[in-house]
Amino acid sequence: MEALIEPLTRLAQRKLGGDAIAGLTRLSAGATQEIWRFGVFRGDVETPVILRRAPGGVRVSDAAVGLATEASLLEAAGRAGVPVPQVLCVLADEDGLGHGFVMEFVEGETLGGRIARGEALAGARPHLARQCGEILARIHTLDPGDFPTLRRATPAELVAQYRTSYEASAWPRPVLDLTFRWLETHCPPPPEKPRLVHGDFRNGNLMIGPDGVRAVLDWEIAHVADPMEDLGWLCTNAWRFGVLDKPVGGFGEREELWAGYEAAGGDPVNRAHAHWWEVYGSMRWGVMCVGMTAAFRTADPSVERSVIARRVSENELDLMRLIAA
Amino acid sequence: MYDPPNPPEILAAVARFLKEEVAPATTGHLSFQARVAANALEMMRRQLELGPAEDAAERARLQALLGMDGDLLTLTAELSRRIAAGEIDLTTPGLKDHLWASALAKMAVDQPTYAAYRASLAERGQPEDER
Repeated sequence: MEALIEPLTRLAQRKLGGDAIAGLTRLSAGATQEIWRFGVFRGDVETPVILRRAPGGVRVSDAAVGLATEASLLEAAGRAGVPVPQVLCVLADEDGLGHGFVMEFVEGETLGGRIARGEALAGARPHLARQCGEILARIHTLDPGDFPTLRRATPAELVAQYRTSYEASAWPRPVLDLTFRWLETHCPPPPEKPRLVHGDFRNGNLMIGPDGVRAVLDWEIAHVADPMEDLGWLCTNAWRFGVLDKPVGGFGEREELWAGYEAAGGDPVNRAHAHWWEVYGSMRWGVMCVGMTAAFRTADPSVERSVIARRVSENELDLMRLIAA
Repeated sequence: MYDPPNPPEILAAVARFLKEEVAPATTGHLSFQARVAANALEMMRRQLELGPAEDAAERARLQALLGMDGDLLTLTAELSRRIAAGEIDLTTPGLKDHLWASALAKMAVDQPTYAAYRASLAERGQPEDER
């Protein structure tokens, strides 16, 4: 941490309009990125900011878009009317901080349990599902042609990719086998109009305040695909945080999400496809948890990683409820 | 023969220590991790207590369903293979019941407070256990 203070102070002076920094705190140790918060001081006026960076500029995950692209996505989304943090500067080689960018700090709540159940957000909850639909419609207006490096994938290709990942774990999970058969049998065709999708639009990546969604975060797995993927992922049971009867993030109804999406210009929602993407969502989070065992045994032997690895079973139960009730 | 207290009892004691003494006496990420560690020990205690009977029941179901014998991993791998190959599906007598029983048994160990698990027990008319 000490090693960052000097280059960040120079950055603040050269590019962020400050003369000093303070309060440097690490917020997360993600697999692909570091996230830091600090204050830029101009005299005694503090502006809190966020630094996202990959120290060596190394792309750990093939799925991640890279930090420069992520900064471009934030800027394009902001222009399209999506609430996002403002990008303040993109790191250059002479900054000595690796790859990354600095963005505005947005105050709010990202913890799913507090968003779904907390008293502080009780007034916002009735409006969130519709608002999420409207925001997704705006995200899906972004031109994929502006982002030629993003991955393109059809629904069938996405399923095949996760099936390969599951099979690589070499541990039998009959519920996942059943799910892959179901997903393959019921798979939607390649989308007529592939859209730029956020890819991880859910509780945890949405900054929520009493006034609603303040910012959409974490654009690092954006790709070009069927726009229904984003709507289905937000309805996946894992993000309801125990509020089962509010399928949209534990705070709203599917019909509210879809109405907001269509009213804001999104393509008409195909109900059967929406269900398929919810099943896909539980499979996806389940297979992501499958991968945690290998991560625990090699890269990250933490207690936390070990218990996330044991959360495959939650998704198996969710899948049984969806396809074998 | 090993002497008492037995493993589940000692695991429960360490979990209580982490949850009731370490977590409140610490802050931030360390406090959070103490709670996560307590939950992990509780999960292992439940597996020690419930696992042997559940494993035996699951193996018996698989023997009947597959018409073959083997250890639990071998039988589960064979079930997995047959489902993936499309040789059996939800119309096969016994498959759905087996998958439900196995899914619920995993949750009883992994995460018995999970809302969808409690809802499934209630919908299926099964008693909620308090473990």
